Amino acid sequence: MPNIKIEDLARIQEQVRHTTLLREGAGRAKITVHMGTCGISAGARKVMDALLKVFEERDIKDIILTTSGCAGLCSREPMATVEIAGQAPVKYVDLTDTKIREIFERHVMGGKVVTEYALAYGSERTH
Amino acid sequence: MDTQNLETIIRKRGAHPGALIEVLLDVQEKYRYLPPEIVEKVSRELTVPASWIYHIATFYNAFSLQPRGRYCVSVCLGTACHVGGGVKILEKIERDLRVKRGCTTTDLDFSLDEVHCLGCCGLAPVVTVNEDLYGKVDLSHVPRILKKYTTKKVGVEDA
Amino acid sequence: MKPYRINLMVCAGTGCVANHSFEIKKALEDEVKKRGLENEVQVVATGCNGFCAEGPLMVVQPEGIFYHQVTIKDIPHLVEEHFLKGRPVQKLMYVPPDAKAPIPKMSDISFFNRQMLIALRNRGLIDPEKIDEAIGRGAYSALAKVLTAMTPPEVVSLIKASGLRGRGGGGFPTGIKWETCRKAHGEPKYIICNADEGDPGAFMDRSIIEGDPHSVLEGMLIGAYAIGSHHGYIYIRQEYPLARERLTIAVQQAREYGLLGDNIFGTGFQFDIKVARGAGAFVCGESTALMASIEGRVGEPRAKYIHTVEHGLWNLPTCLNNVETWATVPEIILKGAEWFTSIGTGDVSKNPWGGSKGTKVFSLTGKVKNTGLVEVPMGITLREIIYDIGGGIPKGKQFKSVQTGGPSGGFLPASLLDLQVDYEQLTEAGSMMGSGGMVVMDEDNCMVDMAKYFLAFTQDESCGKCTPCREGTMRMLETLERITQGKGREEDIQLLEDLSQFVMDASLCALGGSAPNPVLTSLRYFREEYITHIRDKKCPAHVCRELNVYTIDPGLCVTKGHGCGVCRRQCPENAITGEKNVAHVVSQELCKKCGVCYDVCKFDAVKVA
Repeated sequence: MPNIKIEDLARIQEQVRHTTLLREGAGRAKITVHMGTCGISAGARKVMDALLKVFEERDIKDIILTTSGCAGLCSREPMATVEIAGQAPVKYVDLTDTKIREIFERHVMGGKVVTEYALAYGSERTH
Repeated sequence: MDTQNLETIIRKRGAHPGALIEVLLDVQEKYRYLPPEIVEKVSRELTVPASWIYHIATFYNAFSLQPRGRYCVSVCLGTACHVGGGVKILEKIERDLRVKRGCTTTDLDFSLDEVHCLGCCGLAPVVTVNEDLYGKVDLSHVPRILKKYTTKKVGVEDA
Repeated sequence: MKPYRINLMVCAGTGCVANHSFEIKKALEDEVKKRGLENEVQVVATGCNGFCAEGPLMVVQPEGIFYHQVTIKDIPHLVEEHFLKGRPVQKLMYVPPDAKAPIPKMSDISFFNRQMLIALRNRGLIDPEKIDEAIGRGAYSALAKVLTAMTPPEVVSLIKASGLRGRGGGGFPTGIKWETCRKAHGEPKYIICNADEGDPGAFMDRSIIEGDPHSVLEGMLIGAYAIGSHHGYIYIRQEYPLARERLTIAVQQAREYGLLGDNIFGTGFQFDIKVARGAGAFVCGESTALMASIEGRVGEPRAKYIHTVEHGLWNLPTCLNNVETWATVPEIILKGAEWFTSIGTGDVSKNPWGGSKGTKVFSLTGKVKNTGLVEVPMGITLREIIYDIGGGIPKGKQFKSVQTGGPSGGFLPASLLDLQVDYEQLTEAGSMMGSGGMVVMDEDNCMVDMAKYFLAFTQDESCGKCTPCREGTMRMLETLERITQGKGREEDIQLLEDLSQFVMDASLCALGGSAPNPVLTSLRYFREEYITHIRDKKCPAHVCRELNVYTIDPGLCVTKGHGCGVCRRQCPENAITGEKNVAHVVSQELCKKCGVCYDVCKFDAVKVA
């Protein structure tokens, strides 16, 4: 990889927007598992493993599965965010491998928010 | 004493005094303590007096001059864990493993330590065994956690 | 044109128009005018929302609240409740099918909506192991800005004007540190990121590195450019393996992109970073001890009259800031000093110590419902943090105290809950900002025990170089132990106060200089607890176990527990006798007061007095 130039920043930003912000072609949904130390120790790895297994079993290609750092609310870990293209992201809390499978079925595949496990929708404000 | 590992470590970190702490950390990880033969060799290779190495080894908590157990059990006693009853967990493990904090079981299976804050206070009280981290630990979880690492009988189960 | 506080986006697509959305728009405008809100609320007709089955639809911006099936008669209520009183109307909000209650918005969750994210701006949004995602959220654009459009002195002045102060504890103005280091003689100069987050109860630096490592690298790059440094170190605790791994990956990826190394962005600027591991010594969070540790020596602090900005690492000019400070820098560069000074308390325009600007991250732990990391504007009150964000004390217990600033900080009582959190006010109350640990305690916590806890920590972590710290904290700890064991003497309180003063006055570094703070504040605000321990030999919270007496209620033991025997089997001293269906008894002679019986009894039959 050659050194990037300042103009490249905008290009990378645009690329990232295409691959992660669920525009056409990128995927119809994105699942983010929050994996900081606290999340992992609360069981985020199991949640991730369960999802990876589902992805493999069903050969899923149109959904982005990714990790991110701590979401801040440690007492409700493990947490994951589900974002369906065109809708506000939904944060799920206190997850287990069975709960995430259920969320996958009902929300990601079925399009209905699993309110029992959901904390909230939308994003935090940043300044 | 096998010094193969040490050579790899020194090649990676560099044979100069500035690399001392990094080298010792790797040695500790590989050998589970700082064996005297290794200290001597580090002293020669990095051109640091052995007395200096022992000064470092006794100052920093990461180093041990005695062999450590295969499983290092660390009970967090950071503030949140203290408030959440970490001391009782520690005492329970002391009883179950029949070993005092800071010591290693005679079969070299377990070392038990108290640590100050592992940085996951939201999950207090916290216990780690090597790389595995257990949060919101209750007295009754202790035997179950320890059993994962040994086939021997540990503790009283019905707590 | 004056912006409106609220925009009402009323759907005027064909479907909604058929559902009278024009009449609704008109009715809304009338109602808004009637309430005198016409300068604040604007009603806008929009194109089709695509959700025609639920029409007529209305979206309230900027909140993003979605109302459906709105009728003319709902409007007076809606305007009054939502736009006048700020309470969205539940019954008109869209309920997804199959759902009993609508799930709230992130910005409705009090844990999140009082927070203001600057240092944590990317939390939960990016994959920390992919530099592209960080760039996608704007990383390295502040670096691009300083390298192309600002001179190093301009960068320093901007940081100075922003009033940014060190987030690691002392609150030294960052801009002044940079300026002094920039002017210092000696080459090369070093940049250090202190990621040796040792305060028990603080974990924001770990979280920033684990979630957004590039924000730290970018901050350091900007600092390096401002100061004229080409070499940086990140000194990270050995106890944070995941953070170290992600940091190492981030450094590697930044190098591959040429964001570290020679000729960054083709501007000729060069800078590279090494990641150094700590080896488990709390004192290495002190800047001079940290530098000694990087040099491969024992981490003993040295006198501060030799400034590290002039004679630091390898005796050369060194600028050290902590993780949170570095992570804040790029945002200030992008948004300007004026934006940053608009947040927080005081006035820094003339005196850099004159206020606390921006936000601070706290790790909120202990006896609160919501624990976690919170980033809040300076000047927020303790009550807002603990009750609004933290959700208050669990299990209906009574708030007793909040400890801020870790082992160097102090305990604050309920009477100070309305204290505004900033550097000055916390210090005045006897505590400090510290690295931002915030541990809440309830009625079940004993303040003497907590003071002893912190002192045991600093005593253990004292490097031993200065006698006042090494010996003084030891004697103080012995005194506290005596008190918690029921052997306290009347004069012990005075003794603790005298020793505290002495340790603070005569220690070289801040570890000793602040170690007595927990003792002094607990004496200042909770003196009666000490007196109860000393005079009555009682611990009101039943924490100091030597002062407890454990007994078993024979009635409960038999009727509820049927003499289950768990306590008898668990008692390490074999001090409990009894059998099935017979009340158990604790032998007071054999009892070592470990409290196991109390913890294991499922029937509350074990009593403590």
